[in-house]
Amino acid sequence: MFDVELWVSILAVTVRSGTSLLYATLGEVLTERSGILNLGVEGVMIMGAVTGFAATYHSGSAVVGTLVAMVVAALLAAIHAFLTVSLRADQTVSGLALSIFGSGLASFLGQRLGPAGKPLVGLIGPKFARVPLPFLSDLPVLGRSFFRADALTYLLYLLVPLIWFWLYRTRPGLHLRAVGENPRTADAMGVNVTATRYLYTIVGGMLMGLGGAHLSLAYTPGWAEGLTGGRGWIAVAMVIFATWNPLRAVLGALLFGSVTAVQFRLQAAGTTIPASFLGMLPYFFTIVVLVFITWWETFSKRVGAPAALGVPYIREDK
Amino acid sequence: MFKLERRYERSRYAGLLVTTGSLLAALLFCAVILALAGANPWQTYVAMVKGAFGGKYEFSETIVKAIPLMLCGLGVSVAFRMLFWNIGAEGQLAMGGFAASGVALFVPQAFPNLPSWLLLPLMVVAGFVAGALWGMIPALLKAYLKVNEIIVTLMMNYIAVLWVEYLFYGPWKDPKGYGFPGSALFTQAAWLPRWEGTRVHGGLIFAIVAAIAIWLILARTKWGYEIRVIGENPTAARYAGISLARNILLVMLISGGLAGLAGMAEVAGISHRLQKGLTVGYGFTAIIVAWLGKLNPGGVLVVAVLMAGLLVGGDQIQITMGLPASVASILQGSILFFMLGGAFLTDFRVRWVSRARLPAAPSLAKATPEE
Repeated sequence: MFDVELWVSILAVTVRSGTSLLYATLGEVLTERSGILNLGVEGVMIMGAVTGFAATYHSGSAVVGTLVAMVVAALLAAIHAFLTVSLRADQTVSGLALSIFGSGLASFLGQRLGPAGKPLVGLIGPKFARVPLPFLSDLPVLGRSFFRADALTYLLYLLVPLIWFWLYRTRPGLHLRAVGENPRTADAMGVNVTATRYLYTIVGGMLMGLGGAHLSLAYTPGWAEGLTGGRGWIAVAMVIFATWNPLRAVLGALLFGSVTAVQFRLQAAGTTIPASFLGMLPYFFTIVVLVFITWWETFSKRVGAPAALGVPYIREDK
Repeated sequence: MFKLERRYERSRYAGLLVTTGSLLAALLFCAVILALAGANPWQTYVAMVKGAFGGKYEFSETIVKAIPLMLCGLGVSVAFRMLFWNIGAEGQLAMGGFAASGVALFVPQAFPNLPSWLLLPLMVVAGFVAGALWGMIPALLKAYLKVNEIIVTLMMNYIAVLWVEYLFYGPWKDPKGYGFPGSALFTQAAWLPRWEGTRVHGGLIFAIVAAIAIWLILARTKWGYEIRVIGENPTAARYAGISLARNILLVMLISGGLAGLAGMAEVAGISHRLQKGLTVGYGFTAIIVAWLGKLNPGGVLVVAVLMAGLLVGGDQIQITMGLPASVASILQGSILFFMLGGAFLTDFRVRWVSRARLPAAPSLAKATPEE
C-alpha cells in the first residue's frame, strides 16, 4: 500500500513543477507588497522563458540565458511601473496590457530568434541539469525529491528565507510594507514611495522572469508556443492563497505542484480519464483554493491584502 | 521639481490630439521592435493595411473577424462599466459555441426537416444561455463570497477551451473526418445566412442590435443608471441602496451571454462545425476593444473593426512576408500601453516648479530620528 518509490517520484515532480510557480508568486508578493498590482505576470514569465532560452542557445550558457531573462523581465516590469506609478494608469488594465503584449512578443520572438531568423521551436540547447547535493541528497525520501534538483531550484531554497527575512526583519522591508499599507504615512516618514514602488515592481518582475527561465531551461527544456500555460495567472491566485507571505507561498507552490504530479502519475498509469480533463485539474484546483481561502478570510475577518494595493499615490491630492 | 495638478475640465480637442499621438507613438514603438527583429517596419505596416482594408474582399474579411470582437467587446465593456473585470470572454465564447453546436448537431437528428427559422433561434438561445451560465459562476462567487473575479474568469477560460477540445477530439469527432479534429458538418439549416460573395454573416446583425440595446440600457434605464453609479462611485451606490450583488449577476448574464452569442455566430456563420480554431484569442482582444472604445457601445463597434483589421493584416503579413501573425498582438498590446500613458496627459497638468519657490513643508522625517 505504501510505496516509497511512488511517493519519492510524486514529490520530485511536485518540487520541479512548483519551482517556476514559486518564483512568479514571490515576484508578485514583493510587487503587491509595495501597493502595485501586476497582472502582467503571465506576459513577463513567457518573455523570460523565450528570451532565456534564445540567449542560452546562442551563448551556450544557461547562466547567461537566465541573466538575459531577468533583464528582459525587469524591462517589462519597468513599463508597468512607469505607467502605474509615474503616469497613474489603471493597474488592472496596464497589467492586462502587459500580459497581452508579452504573450504576443514572445510568440513573435519564438519564430524569429533561432539561427538565421528561424523559429526556436524544436531546438535543443544547454539546460540546467539536476545535480544531487552531497550528503543532503542521501536523506531518505526528502533527499531524492528536494536535493536532486537544478541550480534554479536551489537558488529558490536560499531566496525564500531571504525574502521573508527582508520583509519582516529589516528596515527596508518595513518601509516596503509601509508603502503598501499607507503610502501617505510612509511618505511622511521620509520613505520615497515612488522609488520603492519602482524598485519592487522591477525586482518582482525579475523573479517572474526567473520563473519563466526555469520553465524553458530546466522543467521542459526548449521553447514551445504558450509554454507558461497560465502559470502566471495561477501565481496571482497563489499570492492571495499565501496571504502575501513568502513562506506560505511555498505551501501554495507545493500544493499546486502536487496537483501536476498527480496528473502526470495518472497519465503514466494509463488512466481512462481523458487527457483534457486531467489538463483542467490545475485550473479547477486554483479556483477551489481561491474560493476556500477567500471564504476563510471573510469568516476569520482577517484581510491579508496590502491596504493601498491598486491605489495610485498622488502626493498633491490632499 | 515637477508638480502634478489634476485637470478638472477636459477639452475634446486635447483628447483627440492625445489619442492620435498615442496611436502614432505605439506604431513607432512597434516599428523599433520590428526593425530590431530584422523586418522592414514600413513595408510591414503597408502590407497590413492593404491586407485588411485594401479592397472589397479584404474589408469583408476584416468585418468577419470584427463580429466576434464586437460581441465580446460589448459584453466585456458592460462588465467593466461596473468594475467587474470579466477576463473570461474567451471561455464564455467557447461555451456558447459548444452549446450552439450541440443544438445544430443533435436537434435535427430528433426533428429532421426542422426549418432554419426555428433551428437558428434555438442555437442563438443555447449559445447565449451557455455563455451566460459560464459567466454566472464567477459572478456568484464574486457577489456572495467576494472571490477575485479576474482569476476565476481566467481559469475558467482554460477549462472551457479544454472542454471543447475534449468534445471535438473525442465524443463529437466526425467519424467520417479522417482524424480531423472537429465535429461533423452542421445541416444547412443551421448555417447563418451570408452576404453574397463574402464570409460576412448574420452575426453582424446580432452585434449591431446588441450595441443598440446596450446603449439604450445604459443611457435610458434605471438599471443602466445603477450600473454607471456602481462603476463611478461604489460607496455612493451602497448608500443609495443599489444592490451590488444583484447587479453583478444581471450584468454578467448579459456579458457572458453576448460572448456566448459570439461563439454561436462563429460556429454557425464561419466553420459550420465545432472545431479547432474556435478560440483564437477574440476574448482577450475584446478587453482591448472595450477599453479603447471607452466602454461605449458605439466606440466598441468602431474599435472592433480596427482591431479586426490588425488581425487580418497580421495574417496577411504571415502569408506574404513570412512574418509571424503575432505582430498584431504586439501592436494591440502597445496601443493599449500608449493609450493608458496618454490618458495621463488629459488627466493631469505637469508644471515645473523651482525648488526655491516651494513652501518649506514641515518635515516629519526630521522629527523622527534615524535609529
